[in-house]
Amino acid sequence: MPALHNGGLNRFAWLTAGATLLLLVAGALVTSNDAGLAVPDWPLSYGTWMPPMVGNILYEHGHRMVATFVGLLTIILAVWLWRSEPRRWVRRLGWAALAAVIFQGLLGGLTVLFLLPRPVSIAHAALAQVFFCLTVTVAVVTGPGWQREEPRLVEAGQPPLRHMAEMATLGIFVQLLLGASYRHSLVSIVPHLVGAVAVVYFGARAFERVRRLPRRPAELWQPAAALAGLVGAQLLLGPLAYWARLQAIESPQPTFFLVVTTVAHVAVGGLALASSLVLTLQCHRRLEIPATAGRFSRAPEKAAA
Amino acid sequence: MTKRKLLGNASIVLVLFLAACGGAEKPAEEAAKTETAAPAGPAVDPATAATITGKVVYKDGKPKANRIRMDADAACAALHGTPVYSEEVVVNDNGTLRSVFVYVKAGLGNYSFPTPKEPVVLDQKGCLYTPHVVGAQVNQDVKILNSDQTTHNIHPVPAVNREWNTSMPPGSEALVKNFPREELLIPVKCNVHPWMKSYVGVLKHPFFAVTGPDGAFTIKGLPPGTYTLAAWQEKFGTVEQTVTVGAKETKSVDFTISPPAGAGD
Repeated sequence: MPALHNGGLNRFAWLTAGATLLLLVAGALVTSNDAGLAVPDWPLSYGTWMPPMVGNILYEHGHRMVATFVGLLTIILAVWLWRSEPRRWVRRLGWAALAAVIFQGLLGGLTVLFLLPRPVSIAHAALAQVFFCLTVTVAVVTGPGWQREEPRLVEAGQPPLRHMAEMATLGIFVQLLLGASYRHSLVSIVPHLVGAVAVVYFGARAFERVRRLPRRPAELWQPAAALAGLVGAQLLLGPLAYWARLQAIESPQPTFFLVVTTVAHVAVGGLALASSLVLTLQCHRRLEIPATAGRFSRAPEKAAA
Repeated sequence: MTKRKLLGNASIVLVLFLAACGGAEKPAEEAAKTETAAPAGPAVDPATAATITGKVVYKDGKPKANRIRMDADAACAALHGTPVYSEEVVVNDNGTLRSVFVYVKAGLGNYSFPTPKEPVVLDQKGCLYTPHVVGAQVNQDVKILNSDQTTHNIHPVPAVNREWNTSMPPGSEALVKNFPREELLIPVKCNVHPWMKSYVGVLKHPFFAVTGPDGAFTIKGLPPGTYTLAAWQEKFGTVEQTVTVGAKETKSVDFTISPPAGAGD
């Protein structure tokens, strides 16, 4: 085991990332239940720390409670990294996560005080995913696998796998933003559908490239397989959530089916982003692009020939 | 100044700004000023005032009612022994529609109308808004009550008036608000109980009515003239008719509303 590895810190980083996923679910519950303004004040809720948890107050105040818990975890994580992590860039990741969670809290407050301005609500949804990515990154790079000395593999195929993984990660992030924009009625469903095609393309290409790697290193194969499975699940959940929305048009309130499918779609989207991010990070750690390889944007298939 | 100090100072300024601003509300007086600038026109002569009566008929039988699930708040569910249904479309036993907002849309010229001193009352009762649709004149007080033993928030979502969102815990004092601009119709919702919806129609004049359990309406005190009369229903939109009334005349005008082609019940 390398001297850098701190098992307790790594487990705590994963706890923070897991709690952040829970926070994403709590946020999706707020939007899906139309509970965004069920608590009109901020930072207090109905002038107190613990309002009656009735109706949609349960979702809105519950979201605030989970957010506070994640904020506390992030403070501890940042301080722990600062005190015990020798790599400066990892310590900076901890501070970046802390800054992100504070700013995220302020954006949440702005959405309440300014009655759900769409750009702020969408920025809140976007920063949630960025923050989740930061906590997952900290968890991955503080793990024993990341710090183990291993020979780098030279990639033979083109375009480079890392570029496919990067495109998949970027595509999923944009896709999550388009989904949030659709939920907040800023755009139609069409951009989200187009984004789905792009995500499936890059995700499938990345998975196929990892599948063909000799001996399929576990640290690449596991996130690639997870990415493929999660994107596949999204292809089922997306249409299901849309159908649930159409079915609920006549309903006087959000239906249980609509809430469950939408929240699952958001949560699995977050997990797909995390898988793709981990694959990208591991590609950068384990794979080496031959010096002769062209860049993705320059007709790479020909450059490799 | 170092980057770190700059970032710290910016954060402090942002937090102080948030603490100071306290939300999106602007002073009502500021908004009201824009409405008081117009010169006053003549008043209606009561000696010549006419009346329009009528009813709003629904053409397509009785649509399927959508049930409201109040399980999310036990206090709400306990208030109803029988199932509660959405008030979006309520067809009365005589085939007429309830909660249709009928009003004079055009033809009044430059008459001026004093703002009534009596407030319009909107109650939160049984975790529903009573009435479901209500009319008020510009700047007329709207008195909002919470008769329930549970927490509500009241949140109008206007297009041209100021949006606000206020909590009303059980036992709250009546909340008195007004709308300084004409607007048809302002959705009002409770975000705690997402099935709770109401609409407020705000007009410069008093010539409006909301149909009740008999589907009938009466608009009194109109000066003689030719008017565009409109009937608004929250799901089916607006239908209009032109009507001419003479001095002291009472005229009957019925509306027929039917769902648009392809709209399912």
